This record gives sequence, C-alpha cells and structure tokens, in this order.
Amino acid sequence: MELNIIWFGLIGVLLTGYAILDGFDLGVGALHLLTKTDEERRITLNSIGPVWDGNEVWLVTGGGALFAAFPDVYATVFSGFYTAFMLLLFVLIFRAVAIEFRSKQESPRWRSAWDKAFSVSSIIIALLMGTALGNIIAGIPLGQDKEFAGTFIGLLNPYSLLIGITTVALFMMHGAIYLVMKTEGALQEQARSWVNNTIIFFVICFVTATMTTLIYYPSMAAHFKEYPYLFLIAILNMLAIANIPREIHKGREFRAFLSSASSIALLLVLFAIGIFPNIVASVPNPENSLTVYNAASSQKTLMVMLIIAIIGMPFVVAYTYIIHKVYKGKVKLDETSY
Amino acid sequence: MDTELLSRIQFAFTIAFHYIYPPLSIGLGVLLVVMEGMYIKTKQKIYENITRFWIKIFSLIFAMGVATGIVMEFEFGTNWATYSRFVGDVFGSALAAEGVFAFFLESGFLAILVFGWKRVSPKMHFFSTIMVSFGSMLSAVWIVVANSWQQTPAGYHLQNNNGVMRAEITDFWAMVFNPSSVDRLLHTLSGAWLAGAFLVLSVSAFYILKNRHVDFGKKSMKIALSLAVFASLFQLFTGHQSAVGISKTQPVKLAAFEGHYETKSAPLYLFGWVNDSEQKVNFGIAIPGMLSYLVYGDVQTPLKGLNEFKPEDRPPVNIVFQSYHLMVAIGMTLIGLSFLSLALLRKERLFKSKLMMKILVVSVLLPQAANQLGWISAEVGRQPWIVYNLLRTKDAFSKSVTSGGVLFSLILFTIIYALLFVLFLFLLDRKIKHGPEESSDSDSVYSEQRIIFEKNK
Ligand code: HDD
Ligand code: HEM
Ligand code: HEM
Repeated sequence: MELNIIWFGLIGVLLTGYAILDGFDLGVGALHLLTKTDEERRITLNSIGPVWDGNEVWLVTGGGALFAAFPDVYATVFSGFYTAFMLLLFVLIFRAVAIEFRSKQESPRWRSAWDKAFSVSSIIIALLMGTALGNIIAGIPLGQDKEFAGTFIGLLNPYSLLIGITTVALFMMHGAIYLVMKTEGALQEQARSWVNNTIIFFVICFVTATMTTLIYYPSMAAHFKEYPYLFLIAILNMLAIANIPREIHKGREFRAFLSSASSIALLLVLFAIGIFPNIVASVPNPENSLTVYNAASSQKTLMVMLIIAIIGMPFVVAYTYIIHKVYKGKVKLDETSY
Repeated sequence: MDTELLSRIQFAFTIAFHYIYPPLSIGLGVLLVVMEGMYIKTKQKIYENITRFWIKIFSLIFAMGVATGIVMEFEFGTNWATYSRFVGDVFGSALAAEGVFAFFLESGFLAILVFGWKRVSPKMHFFSTIMVSFGSMLSAVWIVVANSWQQTPAGYHLQNNNGVMRAEITDFWAMVFNPSSVDRLLHTLSGAWLAGAFLVLSVSAFYILKNRHVDFGKKSMKIALSLAVFASLFQLFTGHQSAVGISKTQPVKLAAFEGHYETKSAPLYLFGWVNDSEQKVNFGIAIPGMLSYLVYGDVQTPLKGLNEFKPEDRPPVNIVFQSYHLMVAIGMTLIGLSFLSLALLRKERLFKSKLMMKILVVSVLLPQAANQLGWISAEVGRQPWIVYNLLRTKDAFSKSVTSGGVLFSLILFTIIYALLFVLFLFLLDRKIKHGPEESSDSDSVYSEQRIIFEKNK
C-alpha cells in the first residue's frame, strides 16, 4: 500500500483513539452538573482522574503526526480555523485547570464555580470538534495558494453545528456508560437513566445528521455506491449502537462500553471513506482541494515516521492497558483523589 | 499592529509562560527518583514523607506544564502556517516522535505516580517515578532537536513543492544530530536540573528558618544540594561548549552576544550597555582578548565582528547582549551559592546560618530567570531568521489570519494566563505552608504494602 494512504489511516487511528478515550471523559464532564452532592461530584471527577491527561495526549500526538505527515493540512486548517482553534485551546486549558483546582478548596462557592467550568468546557470542546468535522465534510473555501479563504462565521453553518451537537450527544452517551461502569449504588442507578436518555438523544441527532448528509453532500456516499460491500460498515455501526441498551439492561456495562467505543470507531471509518482521497475538500473550487497526495510530506519522511510509529505504538497500547488495569473497578476516594 | 508582530508577541509570551513549568518538572522529576530511591533503600518514614510531599508539588507543576504545552503544539499551525509548510517535512517528525515516545510515557506513568501510592507495590511506584522523569527528559530531547534544527539546519535539501519551496529531509540522523543539538540539549537539561534543585533548596530553607519540619528540610536540602553542585558546574561547561559551537555555526549571534563590531581580538565583557549607532559598548568592564581565548585558546586570534554581516541580517544587539550577560552572571552566582552551601554544610554551619537560609529561600528565582534569559539570547539572537539563513521570520506567519484575530487571542491568553498564574502561586503557597505529613508514629506505607503484596503473590 502507498505510504500516503497508510498515513491517512494512521492519523485516523490516532484521532479514533482520541475520540474513544477523551470521548468518555468529555462525556463525563458534560454530565457532571447532573449530579448533586459534593461526594457524587468527586466520584464522577475521580472516575476520569488518573486517565484524562493521558487521553488528551492522543490529540497532541494526532496534531504532531498531522504536522509531520500532511503539513499543508496542518497549516491550512489550523490557521484557517484560527478563532475556532483559539477558543478550543482556551476551553482545553480551562477544563484542565478546573479538574486540577476544583477540590483544592472546601468552599462550596469555589467548588461549584469550577464544577460549572469543567462541565461547560467539556461540552464546548465536543461541540467545537464536531463542528470542525462538519466543515471538513461540507468542504471549505480554499485559494490557489492552499490558504483558507472563508470566515469564522462561515464555519458556524447549520450543518456543521448539527454535526457538533451529534458529537456532544455521542460523547454524553459514551460517558454515561463509562459512569455506570465506574460507580455503584444510587449514583449508578442515576447513570443508567442517563444512558437511556442520551441514547435517545444521540439516535435522533444521528439519524438527522445522516439524512442531511445524504441529501446535501451525496459525494460522501460515492465510494459506498462504487463498493457496495462497504455498506457492511454502516450496518455494523447500527448493530453496535443497538447493542448498547441490550447490554446495559443485562448489567454488562463493560460490553456496553465496548459497543459504544466500536460505534465511535466505525463512525470515523465511515467519515474517512466518505472524504477520501481528499483530506480537506475545497468548495467551490475543487481543484484546490488538499488530498492525501498533494498535501503530504516526502516519501522519506513518511517512511521515517512509519518506523517511529511501529516502534512507538506498541508501547502506547501497553501503557494505556496498564493504566486502565491499575484503575479498574469502582471509584474509591482516598487522600490522593481530586 | 500587524499580524507578524502580534504573532511574535503571542508566541514569545506563550512559550515563555510554558517554559516556567517544564524546567521545574524535569528537575523535580530527577530529585523524586533520588528521594524515592532513598525511601525504597532505607524504608524510613521520613523519606516517604519527603517523596509524597514533593509528588504533590510535582503534580501541580506538571498540570500547568500540560495545560500550557498544548497551546504550543498548535500554535505553529495557527500562527506560523507558512513556516509549518516549510519545516513540516523535516521536523514535524521530531514533534510526532515527542508525542509517541515521550508524552504517552509521561502522562501514563504520571497516573500511577500521583494516584497510585496505595494501588501498586512500592517497586512499581518507584518504576513509575523513574519513567515519568525519563519521559520528561525525552520530551526535552525531541523539542530541543526541533528547535536546534531551526538554529543550525542539517540533513535536508530545498525542494519545490507545487510552486512553493520547502525543506525536505534527506538524512534523519543528520537532522537529529545537527551541529547544535547535543550542546543545547545538555545545556537545557542542566538548566532544568538547576531549576528543580533550587526549588527544593528554597522550600527546605524556608522550613528550617521557620523551625518547622526541620528534619524534613535538612534531608531534602542535602539531596537537592548535591544536584545543584553538579548541575551548576555542568551548566558552565555546556554553556561554554554552546558558545564555541555558535562561533562556527552562527558567528553573527556570538558577535551580538558580546557587542563585537570590528573583526579583531575579542574581549569578554562582564557587563555593559551597547550603543548600536556608535557601534560600541558603554559603561563596560571587559577582560581583553578573553573571548578569543575561550573560543580559540589564544588571545590574539581575531573574531568575526558584526560589521561582516549586512545590517538586515543582524539581530537586535543590545537585547541579546543584556540577556546573555545576565544569564552568565546568574550562572556564576549559582556556582558560588552551591559551593558556599556545600562548604558550610561540611563545617556543619549551613543550617545554623540564618543569612544563608534567607538567601536560599529567594534563590529559587535565579534559575528561572536564567532559563528565560537563555532562550531569549538563543531565539532573539537567531533573528531576523526563523530558520537560520533559510526563512525569515517576516515571511513565516499565517497569511489567512487577520491582525484582529491575533489581537483577540493575545488578549484572551493574557487574561487566562494571568488568572492561571495567580491560582498556581496561591495553591503552591498553600501546599508549602501546609507542609508534609509529620506523623512518624504510624508505620511507613512500605511495610504495610509489603505485607499486602507478599500475601497476594
Ligand atoms: C526543555 C524542555 C521543553 C521545551 C523547550 C518545551 N517543552 Fe513542552 N513540555 C515539556 C518540556 C518542554 C515537559 C517537561 O515534557 C512538559 C512540561 C510539564 C509537562 O507536563 O510536560 C511539557 C508539556 C508539553 C505538552 C503537553 C504534553 C501532555 O499533554 O502531556 C505539549 C503539547 C508541549 N509541551 C509542547 C511543546 C512545544 C510545541 C514546545 C515548543 C514550542 C514546547 N513544548 C517546549
Ligand atoms: C521553551 C523555551 C523557549 C523559549 C523561552 C523561547 C523563546 C522565544 C522568544 C522570546 C521568541 C521571540 C523572538 C523574537 O520574536 O524576536 C521565540 C521565537 C520563536 N521560537 Fe522559541 N523559545 C523556546 C523554545 C522554542 C522551541 C522548542 C521551538 C521550536 C521547536 C521554538 C520556535 C520558535 C519560533 C518558530 C519562533 C518564531 C517566532 C518569532 O520569531 O517570534 N522555540 N522563542
Ligand atoms: C554559566 C555560564 C553560562 C554560559 C557560558 C552559558 C552559555 C550559553 C550560550 C552560549 C547559549 C546560546 C546557545 C545557542 O544559541 O545555541 C545559552 C543558551 C541558554 N542558556 Fe546558558 N549559559 C550559562 C548559564 C546558564 C544558566 C545558569 C541557565 C539556567 C539555569 C542557562 C540556560 C540557558 C537556556 C535555557 C538557553 C537556551 C537553550 C540553548 O540555546 O541552549 N544558561 N547559554
């Protein structure tokens, strides 16, 4: 296979890792304000306590890999979406700080302020990322010099916002399932009810988003018409979503979690197949699109990076596994907790 | 103001703010390994207290480093798009390697370091501490490699890519081991060790002065002092190596460091004030021929002066002169402080000297200042180039970003970083005032844990 396509796939893997892992902790953040007592809030916070930082590294590494493999995409998208990215950075900082500082003071006012910061920033992060994805599906105006030629307000179009809201719903569902896995007693009962509600919320968004995409951006479906067996992925995705309430009902939370993780991965696979070989489609001048070929680094760099990835990724998987194993089971608060 | 200037201000501000924390993380990380190593070896409760106290401080600093680091990773693309297109092929891979090799390692084991005291065996915890410390130094390796490539490019060729010139890699290892990376990496790491060592010295001296946690203070201080003695000397050595290096790779920078205009035997200034229009150094005290001696081992050998270079290729001279000389002055002060403390310790007078304790309390600011000044010397000294001799800073910013956009983000960064900094100092202060756990009657966790874990086997 060509190195360009391999790297398109590997960036996809990093972003999928990010969406699955940070997806649940953003989801937990989005649900955070629904809990009432301080004890419950500490439990939700500590359910992601040891892992959220590592989860975010998937984003950092995804960004670094994009820089190295497709520098033009990195440059065009980051500078083109300038204001949106700056907002994203601010909320990322705010969220990190809220998690770190919330429990450092007893005062209820201090804690409730940081609780709000934590929850609102989690929602905005998911919303901004989904909106960015929506814009990539819809295509953005690019000039001949590969530079973005649109405006910030133009990025906030209804379709992209719909994808943004769908992402929030997806992460909330994913986070709710994670909480069922991590909590017990009354809080767990509550989390179960959140799973039911968020699944409904997500399915409504998802169906609307899919219909809209098929009507307004039929090019996303082009590869599927060409290779009908790709529809299997879409069907698997439906099955994965349908499996979630079943597993929750049977009390098998971990399997429910795996289902929602799979559905996130499959959704991103569908997205990647839809846009390929473009990474950023130019609308209205398609000849300016950034593709896996014209936006890539040299073959030499792609090869060097592949070696780095082959050496490094097994370690990354091992760390992720070890950490989740050490912190397996229900949350217990102790003196090192947030 | 234009986009270029605003972007430069924003980059300088955000990187300088980020760079408050990495040196502390790296330096403290090394000390944590020593402290926990002593605990594992002696099994004494006091070393458990020491380790656990410094882990708390470490986790706060680390969190600040992470929160401000993410900004840096994205800022190349947001504000320096043209530069990113130019360098992506060459040093994007160093940045990606940093993520894959270093950040995952750090953040993964940090989870055990901070939250795992009772969850894993003491050996596993110690292993995590080592991994976090190792990871933080590994991230310095890759980022300094990337930055050094920008100072002394190597292992690349220029290639036309769809009508735009860019640097493409030809030799990965020549890129990694470009002429300045090893010197600069060692100098940066050693600067970080100094930052960590003096933080611990300062807090320990504070406890000894206040007559609280005295045993804790003395033991912490001895550990930190050994690192300070070593690193302060090593800093002079590696700094000297860097200076010899730049006399070959970036002679215009060295000339600016010393305000040296005419090509002739060069003096070494202790201090001074450069008058660029008259091309001389005012109010200065200098050792004649000393710079030539340090670089070439001979006082007579002429050193290339600024006049050999076109005015548009010279950095702003006085800024780098001042920042460089302050850094060196601080370096000498740190050597003095470290060895004076060591001498007093040997005569068993260190902890009794109120004056010395007071000096050590404030000395924490010195390595911080020197680290910032060092980067100002290196980076402003590289101007007007963003990639030395290849791409000018004024040609490197993002074309699609408006000055209004950067002004907006700069204002927001200023507000949020000010808030962050106040909160950071507030929490740091509280942690220090609260102090370590005192109780020495309870058994150390080690023995407790050993019982549990041996049963489990
Ligand atoms: C000499 C060391 C050094 C230097 C010059 C820099 N950093 Fe840094 N950085 C670190 C040493 C470090 C560290 C020690 O690894 C940190 C600090 C504390 C921490 O959490 O990790 C870190 C954190 C950190 C993070 C967060 C990692 C995470 O989520 O765990 C990012 C994305 C960056 N940095 C990126 C950058 C970029 C793009 C820089 C250049 C412009 C930069 N850093 C300069
Ligand atoms: C952490 C330590 C660092 C500090 C304190 C620092 C400081 C600075 C300062 C003060 C400037 C502004 C110079 C000027 O505009 O006149 C600058 C510019 C720059 N630095 Fe660094 N730097 C650091 C590390 C790095 C690293 C590791 C890289 C790259 C890998 C880097 C890349 C750049 C770039 C691209 C610029 C251009 C923007 C400009 O010229 O303003 N810096 N840096
Ligand atoms: C003791 C005397 C010292 C000498 C002779 C010295 C020399 C130098 C030189 C020549 C450079 C420029 C390297 C380049 O541009 O390529 C530099 C940079 C730097 N210095 Fe120093 N330095 C000294 C002390 C210190 C101290 C005490 C610290 C911090 C604790 C420090 C931190 C730095 C940093 C962070 C940089 C920027 C990174 C780099 O370019 O290596 N230096 N130093």
